[in-house]
Amino acid sequence: MTHSAAKRRKEPAPGMVEKRGLGLWFTHAIMIFGVLIVFFPIWLAFVASTITQPEIVSPPMPLWPGDQFFTNYKKALFSGVNVPVATMLFNSLVMAIGIAFGKIVISLLSAFAIVYFKFPGKMIFFWLIFLTLMLPVEVRIVPTYQVVAGFGMLNSYGGLILPLIASATATFLFRQFFMTVPDELAEAARVDGARPMRFFWDILFPMSRTNIAALFVILFIYGWNQYLWPLLITTDPEMNTIVMGIKQMFPSGDDVADWPVIMATSILAMIPPVIVVVSMQKLFIRGLVDSEK
Amino acid sequence: MEKRVTFKGWLLPLCLIAPQVIVSAIFFFYPAAQAVWQSLFIPDPFGLSMQWVGLGNFEYLLSDPYYRASFLTTGIFSILVTLVSMIPALFLAVVADRLIKGAGAYRTMLIWPYAVAPAIAGVLWLFMFNTRVGVVSWYLGNLGYDWNHVLNGNEAMGLVVVSSSWGRISYNFLFFFAALQSVPKSVIEAAAIDGARFWKRFWTIVLPLLSPTTFFLLVVNIVYAFFETFGVIHTITAGGPQQSTTILVYKVFSDGFVGQDLGSSAAQSVILLVVVGALTIFQFKFVERRVHY
Repeated sequence: MTHSAAKRRKEPAPGMVEKRGLGLWFTHAIMIFGVLIVFFPIWLAFVASTITQPEIVSPPMPLWPGDQFFTNYKKALFSGVNVPVATMLFNSLVMAIGIAFGKIVISLLSAFAIVYFKFPGKMIFFWLIFLTLMLPVEVRIVPTYQVVAGFGMLNSYGGLILPLIASATATFLFRQFFMTVPDELAEAARVDGARPMRFFWDILFPMSRTNIAALFVILFIYGWNQYLWPLLITTDPEMNTIVMGIKQMFPSGDDVADWPVIMATSILAMIPPVIVVVSMQKLFIRGLVDSEK
Repeated sequence: MEKRVTFKGWLLPLCLIAPQVIVSAIFFFYPAAQAVWQSLFIPDPFGLSMQWVGLGNFEYLLSDPYYRASFLTTGIFSILVTLVSMIPALFLAVVADRLIKGAGAYRTMLIWPYAVAPAIAGVLWLFMFNTRVGVVSWYLGNLGYDWNHVLNGNEAMGLVVVSSSWGRISYNFLFFFAALQSVPKSVIEAAAIDGARFWKRFWTIVLPLLSPTTFFLLVVNIVYAFFETFGVIHTITAGGPQQSTTILVYKVFSDGFVGQDLGSSAAQSVILLVVVGALTIFQFKFVERRVHY
């Protein structure tokens, strides 16, 4: 009975809200057009990574892939320009996972404290944390650089990761989410004599799984896409991340850039975050469906 | 914005909030305080001693036409990026939401650019508009338009705005689409039965229900335009031509690390700190009252 009720709710009477017939085709046409425009730069980069340098430097370059795929990617991955791209990929991976994991852990805990407790100085702490949302590392680069240098963390993973988890994006989101959790749950837990951390682990944490997955996607991308900070603190090419390393592949002066290798590196730099986004997207949708039941 | 039900105790919440506060203190508030301190000095050319100048750095900055121009540039840039990234995203999300089948496939394709780092996006767009090898600039040239963002400040601004907004369209789309999907279908259907047309439903039901998402996106997009577009600007224009794309954050970097003018760079950090802190408080206080939770 509940099954059919749920089914009825998901499929309303046709034509009332969703588009049908001609309108449906028009809707699809808009979406396809949007996708094509959004996709074009990536397609062009992919094409450029499969053709030769002479084909690119005499415009217009072809818009269909050539046969140099393996040559270009092999050259990028194992020799690169300054350092093999494989090394940069590994550095980026460590940095992105470190930032995503670190931020989620400290934010879950602090959001829990802010939403579910009354304690002295709570609003001060909240505003102190919230302030960091608006002031990313870019604003205070010189002094933060000096702090990290003082700890001897230049060219280290700690130096890449720690300064970037000091930001409140995740805390902000978890706070918003916890505010929507029905008060009855906490009330019931309290009446049952459950300790706060028991409530956190047994109720709040499982309820937050979807948000955590969504946030992991955002933070992994955030970490992977960092540019300025790695640019400053990784003076050793062996510690370069792929996103900042690409700019270093452009020659200074009048030399012509090695476009096929640079574009192959751009594509390689996109692949891990794209995999995370697309695979986590399924988790994200499942979470949405679960919470609707 | 307070929970009615809270847990007792103050030691536990302080422990929960401690990791975030400690990391923020070391890598955020201490460097921010350092920035304030350093902004009151001018280091000698050898970095051996500091000379106290009080507010001299600020007086100099505020009378510096380049710095004032950078303020204006940042304002124009962040407004354009927020609009160019949010409006198409909302439009596509609303269109996709009207599809029963296929919306998921479009989303999977549309979220690709979200995974692309701003610096990489910069490289892709630079490649398309490169004055020597760019495909788009070549076709524009054939149409009689001489594209040259290396010399033309407006074209440079247009290019960095579009490159910065491109990946954000995906990001905003993802959030708008998820929010639209969670709007209860029964409410929409009830309105449809009562004879409300699509646009009427959109303005009176959907948009108010989207307001928390819109508020969140507004905040993060402005923050993004202010701080995270450094990679785009560094790869495409390096602030030029004639500083026409030097946003404030880029100027902190170029004065502090390239120009080695630490006092001025620190003073700029402090000004950014104040501007953005005020913006945060204003936005949070002002917008939160008006949005539907």
